[in-house]
Amino acid sequence: MSAETSIAGPRPTPSPAPPRLVHPIRGLFDVYVVEARIAIAQQIQYRAANYLYMLGMVAEPVIYLVVWSTVAQQQGGSVGGYTVGQLAAYYIVWTLVRNINIVFTPYGWEWRIRQGQLSAQLLRPLFPIVEDLGFFLGWKPVVILLWLPIAAFLALVFQPVLSPTPAAIGVFFLSLLGAYLIRSLNQTSVGLITFWTTRVGPVFELYIAAELLLSGRLVPLSLMPDWVQRLADVLPFRWTFGFPIEALVGNLSNEQLLRGLGMQLFWIVVGAIVVRVVWRFAIRRYSAVSG
Amino acid sequence: MLSGLLYPTSGEISVLGFEPSRRQSAYLRQITMVMGNRNQLQWDLPALDSYELLRAIYRLHPEDFRKTRDEFIELLDLGELVRKPVRNLSLGERMKVETAAALLHRPTVLFLDEPTIGLDVTMQKRIRSFVAEYNQRYGATVLLTSHYMADVQALCKRVIVIHHGRILFDGELSALATRFGAEKTIGVTLKEGTPDLSAYGEVVGSEDGKVSLKVSRADAPEVATRLLRDLPVADLTIEDPPIEDVIESVFADASAAVAAEAAEAAEATRAGAAR
Repeated sequence: MSAETSIAGPRPTPSPAPPRLVHPIRGLFDVYVVEARIAIAQQIQYRAANYLYMLGMVAEPVIYLVVWSTVAQQQGGSVGGYTVGQLAAYYIVWTLVRNINIVFTPYGWEWRIRQGQLSAQLLRPLFPIVEDLGFFLGWKPVVILLWLPIAAFLALVFQPVLSPTPAAIGVFFLSLLGAYLIRSLNQTSVGLITFWTTRVGPVFELYIAAELLLSGRLVPLSLMPDWVQRLADVLPFRWTFGFPIEALVGNLSNEQLLRGLGMQLFWIVVGAIVVRVVWRFAIRRYSAVSG
Repeated sequence: MLSGLLYPTSGEISVLGFEPSRRQSAYLRQITMVMGNRNQLQWDLPALDSYELLRAIYRLHPEDFRKTRDEFIELLDLGELVRKPVRNLSLGERMKVETAAALLHRPTVLFLDEPTIGLDVTMQKRIRSFVAEYNQRYGATVLLTSHYMADVQALCKRVIVIHHGRILFDGELSALATRFGAEKTIGVTLKEGTPDLSAYGEVVGSEDGKVSLKVSRADAPEVATRLLRDLPVADLTIEDPPIEDVIESVFADASAAVAAEAAEAAEATRAGAAR
């Protein structure tokens, strides 16, 4: 490449005033609003498929619930500090947390990078992850609406028991946002590995295995050995599943609730820094242009 | 690389005073890239929704955005198209709504990469005239990369021919033909009959009474004079060779030069080894 080569040609006419811009904060707000609107419109277009997908997703917690309820009944009515009714509450809340936790996956990143679909986003003055966050956040109101009848049905069948305090309810909703952000950033970091490997599947499967065991997704963490619980405490997974569920059904103290939110904030900051740093190096490896 | 998509391994580039690979917002807001067959619109939704998203991403003032959008809708005749889901549009229709989308933020530098690829002739013309109109209205710099010489002829005054990273030519399109088009085509239509004209030049075609002769650029005026003097000429045209042929000869010259350099280098190596 020659540094001396200039290709800027003369302009035929003086250009008119450039378009006016809105304030950056308003611009960002607009992005989230429009992304949400687009996400909702798309969700509504494919509402039947989405509902079937959601119903399929319910199978996983129902299996866990039936297994652990049976174990609890055989052990005199409780296991790991959870009664049968609390286990029902745990896994019904699980279904909501799982749906809120749906984010842009590493497979999506793999597709974008390998197929060159990322090019369009790279040419826009907006960090691509911001678009993803806005789009998937936009799904959530539709997801919650679709979830309500499923939750009502599960509650009717499994008779959950929970008695959260107002503070716990508040923390639960806040923690859903925290969980969504942590999981988005984690999966983005895993997805960015594609810049080096072009295939991300094996790494992502490893991530999912760790999440299943260390997040409270497979079983409440109190049912796991002590060392697993201690390990889960210092990793991000627990704060995306176990903590939001326990905030609502686990009778956590105010101190535990605050600590949980603090840990979520910590992992959001760590995730954002990791994504930013990895992105800086990763993007230099981008070579697909078409798409 | 100029758009900032690819990171350079060495060297420097400056566009509008920016280093493209840093992809600063202020830079990205002033450029656009249109790639043939690329889809940046939401597949399941009408293009108007994607336009709205672009308004938000580029932080465009709603009033200015609406004005530009409506102007493009009119220029490209997109009235109904922008209200249909993108998946229901034909390739040509989609390219029109894509092109409008790429220019909504009124960029000052346009990178067009094969913008008419796969389109029918009418749609190609439409896209070209829209780009030319945008260039005139907004004084934008248009950088077109294309293998379609019709795109180049319709849009470009200045041409840069790059072969294996080396600039082979940089100048006016007309100068390209003068420098590399060693021959001209003379078309002759006689008032009556179609005699053998091979004495005047190489006969390359004959159709409907019009004979096409290929002659060297230097000889063209003299041959034309002789034809007019010797024969009952009804019509005579002198044309540069098609731009495709000119480009081909540019690359052929370059390849010959590279081969000669390689032969020289091999000879030098042999001589060195013999010492």
